[in-house]
Amino acid sequence: MATPNIPLWEVFIRSRNGLAHKHVGSLHATDATLALQAARDIYTRRGEGISIWVVPSNAITASDPSEKGMMFEPAESKIYRHPTFYDVPDEVGHM
Amino acid sequence: MYTQALNSSDGDERHVEDAERAAQFQARIDADERIEPNDWMPAAYRKTLTRQISQHAHSEIVGMLPEGNWITRAPSLRRKAALLAKVQDECGHGLYLYAAAETLGTSREELVDLMLAGKAKYSSIFNYPTLTWADIGTIGWLVDGAAIMNQIPLCRCSYGPYARAMIRVCKEESFHQRQGFEIMVTLCRGTEEQKAMAQDALNRWWWPVLMMFGPPDQASQHSDTSTKWKIKRFSNDELRQKFVDATVPQAQFLGLSIPDPGMKQNEAGNWEYSAIDWDEFKQVLAGNGPCNRDRLAARRKAHDDGAWVRDAALAYAEKRRQRATLQAAE
Amino acid sequence: MTAANITVSETPLVLYTLRRADDALILGHRLSEWCGHAPMLEEDMALANMGLDLLGQARELYSYAARVEGRGNDEDKFAYLRDVRQYRNLLLLEQPNGDFARTMVRQFFYATFADLFWRAMMHSSDPTLAAIAAKSEKESAYHVRHSSEWIVRLGDGTEESHRRAQEAIDELWAFTGEMFETCDSERGLIDAGIAIDPATLRAPWLKTVSDVVREATLALPSNDWMQQGGRSGRHSEHLGHLLSELQSMPRTFPGATW
Ligand SMILES: [Fe+2]
Ligand SMILES: [Fe+2]
Ligand SMILES: [Fe+2]
Repeated sequence: MATPNIPLWEVFIRSRNGLAHKHVGSLHATDATLALQAARDIYTRRGEGISIWVVPSNAITASDPSEKGMMFEPAESKIYRHPTFYDVPDEVGHM
Repeated sequence: MYTQALNSSDGDERHVEDAERAAQFQARIDADERIEPNDWMPAAYRKTLTRQISQHAHSEIVGMLPEGNWITRAPSLRRKAALLAKVQDECGHGLYLYAAAETLGTSREELVDLMLAGKAKYSSIFNYPTLTWADIGTIGWLVDGAAIMNQIPLCRCSYGPYARAMIRVCKEESFHQRQGFEIMVTLCRGTEEQKAMAQDALNRWWWPVLMMFGPPDQASQHSDTSTKWKIKRFSNDELRQKFVDATVPQAQFLGLSIPDPGMKQNEAGNWEYSAIDWDEFKQVLAGNGPCNRDRLAARRKAHDDGAWVRDAALAYAEKRRQRATLQAAE
Repeated sequence: MTAANITVSETPLVLYTLRRADDALILGHRLSEWCGHAPMLEEDMALANMGLDLLGQARELYSYAARVEGRGNDEDKFAYLRDVRQYRNLLLLEQPNGDFARTMVRQFFYATFADLFWRAMMHSSDPTLAAIAAKSEKESAYHVRHSSEWIVRLGDGTEESHRRAQEAIDELWAFTGEMFETCDSERGLIDAGIAIDPATLRAPWLKTVSDVVREATLALPSNDWMQQGGRSGRHSEHLGHLLSELQSMPRTFPGATW
């Protein structure tokens, strides 16, 4: 008999105060509480974190890679959004 | 970090797999771009990676058994803690790797079922027994050493989730080999009996460790496409040679002799080793190694004995969901 | 030739420290037996973490006992060169792992006690014990969390898991009384504020245990006969087998360094 699937979770960890949570990996758990405990036991064994998020993998909606052009290329031409687009005279100093 | 559900559209994409897409894919690989789970990929790339990553995961998990055999008998509390932490790390490696394989669309449960049914391979090395404490030192020194040599290039593998898992694994591996080598140093500086124990372990593990790198290049089936897809960056023989060259001076430092009297250093500085007994390798892969049956039996037992626990947790989660729905309806 | 037992001069503080060290080592050893065999990989990781916490506690406590005793013993001599009659751990902790329910109930009963114990010991007038307590309390608090979540899931999971969890409680219950016992040698330490009277922990222990067991739809036995003897070296038959495995190397190769 095939082994029943246990839901997959994505784990995000804040490594230090002031940093954003970062995706570190996945695990299997039947519910959120066990997922959080497992995340602690698997992904913080070397003092890697001070805060954990777990998210059911199937709650994540991902962008479609085939739409990469439509989704992300229009931003590439908006160079005026970047500070280096603008000239400020050297005398003014850092701005 | 992608679910099986997100990847399920790949089924119909396979019909439209065409030369143009394949060429685009290869161009991305050639440009050293990473492939991510939802990207289009040739069915054969997906299949090859699923097989390779899951075999790697099985190896980490089965690999817990030979060393686990000594956790309860480790000769000091310091060694006991280090060994338990080390074997636990291997469990973590298996877990990261199953997750990487799952991003290709096959669940961990399916992959594990295949292994338990004897339909998936794991590294031949774990079918040898750990008979003395020196085997624990030798495994850390040589088996983890060989694994690291194999795994470092995989950190740059073309498939993103595999490469990322390997980066994490390699970071954790760094203490494994040192842990093993420290055991060997202690034995070799110890009593005559301890030194003999170390030599005996090296004698038993040397050739099986060389076999870990896989069949010689001219006999290897998967190497060509794997190289083209940048799953593999060095050939079996290249890595094996690198390993031997790195290990010989370490053995000399320990005062141990490598059980290959014909071994000699060539002009380029490489150590030339004698012919490997590939028949033994084939037998072990075919299930006839000294511990194949025991290893599979142990994993099956853990899986079967754990079924009621996993079922209980699933049932509890389901009950709680139902209670929450009822409450919401009230 | 085999290595002989060490002799220990069990002054009250040495004995007190060794009892806690033995608790941590024996339970840590039992948990380490799971490595590679747990119901799922995630639990394999968790059991090993708890085992490592306990091994760490044992090592600190043994080292402290050795310093207090001052007769050249050390953590490894205490662990590897005392026999069954010299071990001072609770009977509960040497009980075999059994199935996952048995292991979790044992863990839950002990961790709930240990967490209360270490929390109280943080105020010990002995600074080393207070420091060990501060570290151990954080570890045992997590062990309580982890094991109680599993008690609830096993109790309120399937019919089979409920039956196994209830069986585990019924089988292990008689070993819980020993946790709250004190012997004469501890009286002076308690009066000096070095040790605490475990009898004061019984009520809060029972409260936590009853709450979790009720939530798990399980029941505590009404039978209140309690086994004792571990603290004075009268153990179950299980400990001898555990020690023969644990101690096999130093016993076979006397005097060697590993
Ligand atoms: Fe590993
Ligand atoms: Fe390793
Ligand atoms: Fe590995």
